[in-house]
Amino acid sequence: MVSGFIIYKAIMVVVVFLIGLGIAAYSTYAERKVAAFIQDRIGPNNAGPYGLLQPIADGVKMFMKEEIIPDVSNKFLFILGPSLAMLTACMTGAVIPWSSPIVINGVSYPLQITDVNIGILYIFGVVSIGVYGIMIGGWASNNKYSLLGALRASAQMISYEIAMGLSIIALVMTTGTLSLGEIAAQQAGWHWNVLYQPLGFLIFITCAFAECNRTPFDLPECETELVGGYHTEYSSMKLGFYLFAEYVNMFISSAIIATLYFGGYNMPLVGRFVTDPNILSILGVVFMFAKVFFFIFFFMWIRWTIPRFRYDQLMHLGWRIFIPLSILNILLTGLGILVFNK
Amino acid sequence: MLTNRSKVVVDKKMTFSERIYLPAIIGGLFITIKHFFKKKATIDYPKVTREMSGVYRGQHVLKVDENGAERCVACGLCAVACPAEAITMTGAERKPGEEKLYREEKYAAVYEINMLRCIYCGLCEDACPKEAIFLTDRLVEVSSNRDDMIFGKDKLKEKYFNEVDITKRLTKEVIEFKKDKFHLHNQMD
Repeated sequence: MVSGFIIYKAIMVVVVFLIGLGIAAYSTYAERKVAAFIQDRIGPNNAGPYGLLQPIADGVKMFMKEEIIPDVSNKFLFILGPSLAMLTACMTGAVIPWSSPIVINGVSYPLQITDVNIGILYIFGVVSIGVYGIMIGGWASNNKYSLLGALRASAQMISYEIAMGLSIIALVMTTGTLSLGEIAAQQAGWHWNVLYQPLGFLIFITCAFAECNRTPFDLPECETELVGGYHTEYSSMKLGFYLFAEYVNMFISSAIIATLYFGGYNMPLVGRFVTDPNILSILGVVFMFAKVFFFIFFFMWIRWTIPRFRYDQLMHLGWRIFIPLSILNILLTGLGILVFNK
Repeated sequence: MLTNRSKVVVDKKMTFSERIYLPAIIGGLFITIKHFFKKKATIDYPKVTREMSGVYRGQHVLKVDENGAERCVACGLCAVACPAEAITMTGAERKPGEEKLYREEKYAAVYEINMLRCIYCGLCEDACPKEAIFLTDRLVEVSSNRDDMIFGKDKLKEKYFNEVDITKRLTKEVIEFKKDKFHLHNQMD
């Protein structure tokens, strides 16, 4: 029984890890295609049919490139930076519920690596370690542009984490739990949290953009001002890790948004037609990934629509608009709970 | 005012809906998604080539007559007509026994067009009294070397039995136009 449990967990870990990496790899392809389509172009179409082998070609290119570690850099920290970025990006996938449990031979297997009862806190903790990856990388490069980029990144991420956390507090007030598994299960049918927390969702998704360093908040790596930002000095697969971590983060953010606000694996009306829990569970995976893919697309869609904020505008937005707004959201939620006794 | 499209800049205060950005962002998202589903303008060039006009003015051809003899008599009218001064030639006299090679007593021993100078205007074609030079719808092959871009007779002259089709440029009107060198438009004062 114990060994079976370990094997099941090991399979879950490996599958989630591989799916995460695979989706991140193909996000790079999707990003280029979406960018091209929005700009009336075709995009990569030479590597394989429709350019589908492009991520593999990019990966091979990244591995084959010469690796340069600057002479003046701190070598240990220089290598630690991208490793940390990649590690934290992959760690957050552990608490996301991919679907309702599957029952095999009377034993229930939840499709979630671990349902920690403080899942949201865990994610926040891991995400805030992710800032160190960028900070350390920028610091260890011993380069002005890298340092400025890292400084901006950490300032931005710390600022937006506050608003993000406050918007989550309102969500936790309505759900009454910090466990992602329970939050997803609560949203069966039409009880999606986005309907109860529209303002909170808006704040959360904007902060998620900022946390992922995506446009319109991609100031840490804005080429026009900072060359490459914190990864100016990086080359070869270390650079690849930084870029890849961004896409893994995007995937995880989409999964978290889908879980917290859009019902996770739940889909209204499906329960009426399908009653077998195992089929429902498999359908849940499909719905979950449909939602995740939509949000990944949304991330890209936003990126190729909105120009970058100026740095002072970014800070103004974070501190003077989003934080008061999320506090207001908490008050409104409290009032709502009081009045409707939900 | 040069155009009727200029707008006077006013430093007015933004309204609430403008200040919260959201309506503008949603409007922008609609614009980009419209482009997402638009037909793309790109032509996948090496695999797909764009349709060319029948009277496209590309690489020149030096025509031969129905017996395979060169039509050019090295009169130099094309060189005179050329506004870019891209054409140079050296004339030579035909020797006995070369009747199959050259149509008339004089021919161009050297005939060169500098493809980098040429502006593909087609005036050489208009000037030619012997219907010897034509521009065709073939694209000029590029080179990384300037010397290669000076095309001699080896590249310009068409091969006998493998003639370049110029019927689209040598239309009835053109033949009529070329018959009489005292053109109508020259006669009118």
